[in-house]
Amino acid sequence: MTLWQGRRIPLAWLLLTRQPMRLAVALAGITFAGILMFMQLGFRDALFDSSITVHKLFDTDLVLLSPRTKSSISMAGFPQRRLVQAMADPDVTGTTPVHWNLLLWRNPKTKGTRSILALGFEPRDPLFIDPAVTALTPRLTQKGRVLFDDQSRDEFGPVATWFSEGRTVESEVAGKRLRVAGLFTAGASFGADGNILTSRETFLSLLPNTPPGSIELGLIRLRPGADPAQVVKRLQGLLPEDVSVLTKQGFLDLEMDYWRSSTAIGFIFSLGAAMGFVVGCVIVYQILYSDVSDHLPEYATLMAMGYSLLTLLGVVAREGLLLAIFGYLPAYAAGQVLYAVIHAATKLPVAMAGDRAITVFLMILVMCMGSAAMAMRKLGDADPADIF
Amino acid sequence: MTSLHPGSAPPTLSKGDGLATVSVRGLSHWYGTGSMERQVLQGIDLEIRPGEVVLLTGPSGCGKTTLLTLVGALRQVMEGSVRVLGCELKGSSRHERQLLRRSVGMIFQGHNLLRCLTAEQNVQMGADLLPDLGYRARRDLSREWLRAVGLSDHLGKLPHDLSGGQKQRVAIARALAAHPRLLLADEPTAALDSRTGREVVDLLKRLARDEGCGVLMVTHDPRILDVADRLVRMEDGRLWASDTADG
Repeated sequence: MTLWQGRRIPLAWLLLTRQPMRLAVALAGITFAGILMFMQLGFRDALFDSSITVHKLFDTDLVLLSPRTKSSISMAGFPQRRLVQAMADPDVTGTTPVHWNLLLWRNPKTKGTRSILALGFEPRDPLFIDPAVTALTPRLTQKGRVLFDDQSRDEFGPVATWFSEGRTVESEVAGKRLRVAGLFTAGASFGADGNILTSRETFLSLLPNTPPGSIELGLIRLRPGADPAQVVKRLQGLLPEDVSVLTKQGFLDLEMDYWRSSTAIGFIFSLGAAMGFVVGCVIVYQILYSDVSDHLPEYATLMAMGYSLLTLLGVVAREGLLLAIFGYLPAYAAGQVLYAVIHAATKLPVAMAGDRAITVFLMILVMCMGSAAMAMRKLGDADPADIF
Repeated sequence: MTSLHPGSAPPTLSKGDGLATVSVRGLSHWYGTGSMERQVLQGIDLEIRPGEVVLLTGPSGCGKTTLLTLVGALRQVMEGSVRVLGCELKGSSRHERQLLRRSVGMIFQGHNLLRCLTAEQNVQMGADLLPDLGYRARRDLSREWLRAVGLSDHLGKLPHDLSGGQKQRVAIARALAAHPRLLLADEPTAALDSRTGREVVDLLKRLARDEGCGVLMVTHDPRILDVADRLVRMEDGRLWASDTADG
C-alpha cells in the first residue's frame, strides 16, 4: 500500500475538509489528547528532573554517601575521615566535604516558616560546575551569610526581587539571623521548594547538634582519564561499610529512583498520559468509523470502477495520517504555552524536551493509525455488487 | 487484429474468442442457500459486439441487475461462462475482476458521484485509472470529457450544486474517462425527466459509438428503446425474445 501516491486527487484530504465540523471535532479531540499527554509526561519528567536540580550543580566524579541515605530529603551523616581515606587512592586528586540538610526559613515579608534545602561547605573549595556560583562563594566567608536560589518558590518571600533592588535582605533560620549575600540559580524540586548555600561554619551554627566530623555528602574528583567505575570498586574495598561510593550518575539515579519507586508519582502521571491516549483513540475511531460508514456507497463505487481495496485502505490510512499531523501541531503549540505557564507558576523545570515532543507525536500517530486500521474493517462491508 | 487501448488489456485475452465484447453462455445464478435458495438466472446466452448498444428490459426482480453485476465482474460467476473483453470470469480471482473492472464503465441508477469532489475531480477519479498518463494529461482528459457531455461551465461545482441531469452526465463522463470498452448502465434515466433522459441516452450512445465500446443498458423507460441496436427482454431469469430495432 502506497501511503502517498504521485499527483492524484487528494481524496483523503477532501473527505476530511469537505466536512469542516466533523474535522474540527476530530482535531479538537486529538489536540486535547495530545495536550493531556504533554502535561502528564511533562509533570512526570519535571518531577524526575527537578529532583536532581541541586545534584547537578556539583563538579565531581564520585560521591560518598551514608548507606542510610535514600534521598535528598533524608540525608544521613557519615564520618568525614572516609574522605581523607579515599585520598589514598592514586586516581583521587581532591575531595570536598558538604553538609546537606533541610532547615526552616522564615519569609522576611510574612514571617511564616518553610522548609528549605541548605548546603554547607568551605567557601574556598572548588565545588560547583557553574563558574557564576563559584564566583559568589567568597562572599560566604563572613559568618551568617547565605546565597539564595532565585528559582526558589515565592513562599520564601520576595528575596530575589528585594536583593536585586539593592535592599539588604535578612531572614531567620533555626533562630539565627542570616543575610543574603548573593543569588544563584538552581530551581525548586519536589523534595525542596528552595535552596540556600552557606559556609560550613554558618551551617554548623544553625545545626549545633551535628556530631563533630560528620558530613552528609563527600565529593571526590579524579585524575583526568581515570575510570570512575574502577575507582568506585577500589574505594568500596578500601573503605568500611559505613559509606557507600557512587559515581555522579549513580548519585543522580539514586535520587530519581527514590521518586520513581517509593512514590506513586511516576505511575500516576503515566496513567494520566495513557488515559489521554485512550480518549484520543476513541474520538479518532468514532470520527473515522462514521466517515467510512457515511461514504460506504462512494467507496463501493470506487471499487466498482476498478480501484483496489488496498487503494481505498490507503485513503483511510492517509486520513489517519492527516489527522495525526494536524491534531499534533496545535497540541505542540499549546504544550509550549502551558509549559511556560506551569514553569512560571510552580518553578518546576518543565520544558518541551525534544524526545517528549517525539514521544507524544508517535503516540498520536499510533492512536490515529490504529483507529484508522480499526475503521478500515468497515470498508470490508463495501460490496460493489450492492450499488446497482 | 483486435484493437486494444494501451495498458488496459485484460489479463487473459485470447484471440480465438472472436471480437465479441461480451459473450455469455449458459449462465445461471442463485441467491440464498438451503430452503431459501432462489434461482434468479437460468441458462442465459447473450453476445454483445464492440460498439453495439443492447437494451435489456423486463419486469423488476427478473434478474436484470444480477446479470449486469455478473457481466460487470462485481460478482463471482456460479455456473456457466461469462467472457468479458476476452477474460473468462468463471473462476476468476478477486484481483482479476478488479483489473477487468477498469475496462468496464458503469453508470448507476443513482449517479453515485463522490460528494466531496467537484465535477472535474469526479471525472478525474475515472481518468486516474489510466496507467502511464501524467497528472496534467489526466486532468485535460477529464475536462475534455466534461466538455463532451456539455458541462464545461460546471467544472468546479460539487454534485450537490448540479441538477439530476447534470449529475448523470458527470457520471457518464466519469465512466468514459477511463477508456472503457464496455459500458454497463442500470436505468440511467430513472431519475430524470423525459427530455433530459432522452438527451443523456443520446449522448451515451453517440459517445459509446465514437469510442467503439459496447453498451448493455437496463431500462424500463419505453421512450428510449429506439436507441438500441438490439432489444433483449428478460423474464423470470430467462432471456425471452431478441429482436433488432435498428433506428
